[in-house]
Amino acid sequence: MDRPTEQVLPRNDSKAADSPTPGDPPVAARTRVKIGRLRIIASLSVIALYVVAAVIGPILLKYDPVATDLGSRLKPPGTLLPSGHTAIFGTDQVGQDVLAQMLQGARVSITVGLATLVLAGVIGVAAGIAAGYFGGWLDTVLMRLADVQLTFPSILLAIFIASILGPSVVNVVIVLSISNWVTFARVTRSQVLGLKNRDFVDATRTLGARTWHLMTRSILPSMIAPILVVATVELGHVILAEASLSFLGLGTPASTPSWGTTIANGRDYLSNAWWISTIPGIGLAILVIGFGVLGDALRDRFDPRLRSM
Amino acid sequence: MDDPLLSVQDLTVRFRTRAGTVTAVDRVSFDLAEGETLAILGETGSGKSVTAQALMGLLPRPAGQVAGGRIVYDGTDLLARPRSDTRRLNGTDLAMVFQDPLSSLNPVFRVGAQIGELFRRRRGASRSEARRKAIELMDRVGIPAAARRVDDYPHQFSGGMRQRVMIAMAIALQPRVLIADEPTTALDVTVQAQVMALLAELKAEHRMAMILISHDLGVVAGVADRVMLMYAGRVVETGGLREVYETTGHPYTRGLMASIPALDGPRERLVPIKGSPPDLMRLLASCPFQPRCEFATDICGTERPELMPVPARPESHRAACHHAKEVATDVVPG
Repeated sequence: MDRPTEQVLPRNDSKAADSPTPGDPPVAARTRVKIGRLRIIASLSVIALYVVAAVIGPILLKYDPVATDLGSRLKPPGTLLPSGHTAIFGTDQVGQDVLAQMLQGARVSITVGLATLVLAGVIGVAAGIAAGYFGGWLDTVLMRLADVQLTFPSILLAIFIASILGPSVVNVVIVLSISNWVTFARVTRSQVLGLKNRDFVDATRTLGARTWHLMTRSILPSMIAPILVVATVELGHVILAEASLSFLGLGTPASTPSWGTTIANGRDYLSNAWWISTIPGIGLAILVIGFGVLGDALRDRFDPRLRSM
Repeated sequence: MDDPLLSVQDLTVRFRTRAGTVTAVDRVSFDLAEGETLAILGETGSGKSVTAQALMGLLPRPAGQVAGGRIVYDGTDLLARPRSDTRRLNGTDLAMVFQDPLSSLNPVFRVGAQIGELFRRRRGASRSEARRKAIELMDRVGIPAAARRVDDYPHQFSGGMRQRVMIAMAIALQPRVLIADEPTTALDVTVQAQVMALLAELKAEHRMAMILISHDLGVVAGVADRVMLMYAGRVVETGGLREVYETTGHPYTRGLMASIPALDGPRERLVPIKGSPPDLMRLLASCPFQPRCEFATDICGTERPELMPVPARPESHRAACHHAKEVATDVVPG
C-alpha cells in the first residue's frame, strides 16, 4: 500500500502564506497596505451613510412633491420655518425643504444607479463572454459595435435616446444601460481571452463539461473581482449621468425629484439662493468621489501587479 | 488480437500561424488495447501533447485543426461525429490528467466541490452524496485526512496532493482510457515516484488503458507496456518497452537514452544530442533527424524514412530509420 509521505499542510497555513515570515515586509509596503484598507473603509462609510439616509431619511422627513409654502420660499440654510422645524439646507423657490428633497432624491439616484448597473452589467458581461469565448465573427460584430458606440460621447447618446423615449425612471435606466454596457463587455472579453485557454478550463472540458457550464462555472467565477471593480467605478458615473439627464429635463419627471432635478430647479436662483443647487451638487460630488475611491482601492487590492507600484 | 479500444490512424494536426502552416502531428498511428499502457516519448515540440489534445478535442481553435486521419474509439470514429456528441465520452470514456496540477484546478472553488460536481452533473448525485463520493475518492488517491481537506482550496494543497486531486477527478467517472500528459513533470522527484505508483495501481484496479506522455524515459520504464517515440511530429520508433530499450532502432532513441545519467555503473560524461529540433515550418524531404544524426548517410538527406520493422523483432518493433539495422546492432555509440 502506498502511503504518501508528503507533508500535509496544516489548515492555518494559508494565513501564514499571506504574510511571509522571513524578513518582515518593508515599512513602506505595510503603510501602503494600511492606506489601501483605510481608503476602502472610508469610502465604504461615505457610501453607507448615503444608503442609510436614502432608506430612512424620507421616513423621518416627509417630502410631498406637490406641496408649496410660498411664505417660506428661498429661505437660507438654518432658518426656523413657521411650521416649526428648521430647514437645515434651506428651502427652494416653492418653499420645499432642500434636505427632504435631497433625501428623496438619493433614493431615486441610488435606485437608478444600481438598476442601471445590474442591467448594463448583465448585458455587458454576457456580450463580453460570448465575444471572448466564441471569437470569430461574433466577436468582431460585438466589439465593433462597442467601438462605434465609444466614439460617440455617451451623454450625447443618452440624450438622444432619452429624448425619443421620454422622461421616466424606467427609461432612464434603459438609456443609461445602453450607454454603459460597453465598459463591462470590454473588460469581460479581455478576461475571458486570458481565462479560456487556462488549464483548468481545459481540464473541466476533458471531464465532459458543456460550453454553458464552462462559461458560467469555470470562467465567470474567476473574473468576479475585475467586474466588481468596474461596477464600482461605473456606479459613480451612472449616478452622475442620471443627474445630468435630469438636469437637462430628460431624466426623471418632476414628481420624482432626483438630485439632477433639484440642481436644475435652483439654477435660476443661483444669485440670491445659492444653496438650492450647491448643496445637492456637493452631496452628489461626495458620493461620486466615494465610489471612485472605492473602485480604485478595490482595483489596487485585486490586481497584484499594481501593488508594487 | 481483437479490435483495439482506441485506434489512431494517420492522425495529422496542423496549426495555422501568421508565419505559415505548421504540421505539429504528421500521420501518427497507434493502437491501444484494453488495459494497456502506451508511453509517448519525445522532447518539447515533438507533437506528443498535441496528439493528446487532438484525442480529447482540446486543440486550440481556430488555429489548430485535424487535417486528416481517424481516431476510432470502441468502433466509432470520433472525428467523424459532431463535437457535442464526442464530448459526452469525455470523463466517462476518455479522461486526462494535466501537467501542472495548480493551473488545472479552478482556484476559486473548494476541491471537494470540484470533484463532487462531476457526480452531480454527470451522475445526478445529490449534494451530500457527491460530497461523500468526493471524500471517498480523495481517500482512494491517498490524500490524508480527506474528510477534513475536502473543503480546502487548491492553493492549500502541495503539488503532489494537487496532482492526486486531479487524478481523482480524472478517474471519478471510471474512464476506460486515461491520458496522462506529463503528469509528474511539475513535481518533486520523490513525489513523482509516488504519483506514478498511484497511476499504475489505479490503472490495474479499474483495468484502464493509459496513454502516458513524457519526455523522461526513466519515469516511463516502470509502467509502460509499449513505447512510441516522436520527433518533429512523426513517430520515429515504436515497440514493446523491452524491444525499444534493448534493441533500439532509431538514433534519436539512442541519443535520449545516452543522455540519462546511470546511477549504477561507472560515472561517465553524459552524451547530449547535438543540435536542436528542426523548424516544423519548413521540413525538407530529408529525414528530420538527419542534421543531428551520427549515422546519417547520403540517403538520409534525400529520402524520408518510413516506419520499417526492426530486424530483431519485426512483428511489433518498428523504426523510421534507413539505418535501423546498424543502430540496433551497434551497441556502443560512435
